[in-house]
Amino acid sequence: MATIHLEVVTPSGPVVNEDVDIVSAPGYGGDFGVLANHSLFLSTIKIGGLVYKQGGKENHLMVSGGFCEVSNNKITFLVESAETGHEIDVDRALRAKERAEKRLAEAKTKQEKINLTRAEAALQRALARLKIAERSPK
Amino acid sequence: MASLKDVKTQITGVKKTSQITKAMNMVSAAKLRGAQQKMEDFRPYAGKFNEALGSISSNMQSNEFPLMQAREVNTAEIIVVTSDRGLCGSFNSNIISMAEKLMNKYEAEGKKVSFVCVGKKGNQYFKKTGKVRKNFPDIMSHFQMFNAREIAQDVAASFIGGETDEVQLVYGSFISVARQVPKTLHFLPVQPIEAEEASETASEGQQGAYTYEPSPEEIMDVLLPLYMNVMVYNAMLEVGASEHAARMTAMDNATNACKDIVDNLTMIYNKARQAAITGDLMDIVGGAEALKG
Repeated sequence: MATIHLEVVTPSGPVVNEDVDIVSAPGYGGDFGVLANHSLFLSTIKIGGLVYKQGGKENHLMVSGGFCEVSNNKITFLVESAETGHEIDVDRALRAKERAEKRLAEAKTKQEKINLTRAEAALQRALARLKIAERSPK
Repeated sequence: MASLKDVKTQITGVKKTSQITKAMNMVSAAKLRGAQQKMEDFRPYAGKFNEALGSISSNMQSNEFPLMQAREVNTAEIIVVTSDRGLCGSFNSNIISMAEKLMNKYEAEGKKVSFVCVGKKGNQYFKKTGKVRKNFPDIMSHFQMFNAREIAQDVAASFIGGETDEVQLVYGSFISVARQVPKTLHFLPVQPIEAEEASETASEGQQGAYTYEPSPEEIMDVLLPLYMNVMVYNAMLEVGASEHAARMTAMDNATNACKDIVDNLTMIYNKARQAAITGDLMDIVGGAEALKG
């Protein structure tokens, strides 16, 4: 099967650098999939799960904001952070989720716009982490 | 001439100082390794980022975006990135004097200047001018992307709000362990990025235009602030590495200087001791002669 080269780069170093069969990522307009020899493409990336398959084996990554570029049969993700399922601390994510929910409720009643966006982002990150942790094999 | 005991005390004191400077040298060496590693890790991200941004911005009008709009300069802002701690030779004062020159240049042109100080040392110096708009102390010891983001957002907000019309970034760039040079970087408005490399890769591969999602303009709205984060973060990393490298050199010099002083003092001590012994001998010999008499 034709493969596409996947690179995931974060400010603290490259996370993934290998040939894969298919990549699916949370793009601006929803999740999108990229196969080998995809046309030139550029999209922003939201907080969510990135999935790539390599010969039947599925790998999950939690990514937070950034963008991705597809060119020359190569897909590059530039994201602020990327974590594999094993790296995710489920308890911490759960606590973060509760905290974010509480803050969200507070911010809504007080009509604080900045705190609201912050809490929303934190909640999204926590939810994405939990989802990835759940899906990846222990 | 100082008494034997005085010299002895002095020697002990200088030796203790040299122990401290030697320890600081070794601590800095270890920290430098960490900082350099972080710089290495960050490099691919920054490189890829510039490439991608270049390829998008090459086919776009730069004056469409508030962050890229060049306008007449009334107020200029200087971001000074220094270390939090001293004892690193002329490292911080080099950065500060470069920032000061820049300030004088702007003011000679009749423009107002404000400062954003990252790291304590810059603020300590510029505080007295009363031009510091914002100060970010105590963040140089642990590099965090969100710190860089906070700074970038703050600067961008005042640029878009029209309080500042041009922003320069002054920091200490890391060239090698033995060489750190202050550097000025044009920060805002963002200048169009040279896209030579990007267009090359595009032409040698598949032909045709990119599919953008969302529109290129909206992507730029996301990318430009990110680009600012990258620049600030990079400056912080370089200052961090430079600081430790500079401190290493400074402490090495200090240790050597201590050694010289100890050598000198030991010489004085020995001479004084010898003189005392000679004096005593003279007395004894004199006494013996007198008894014989």
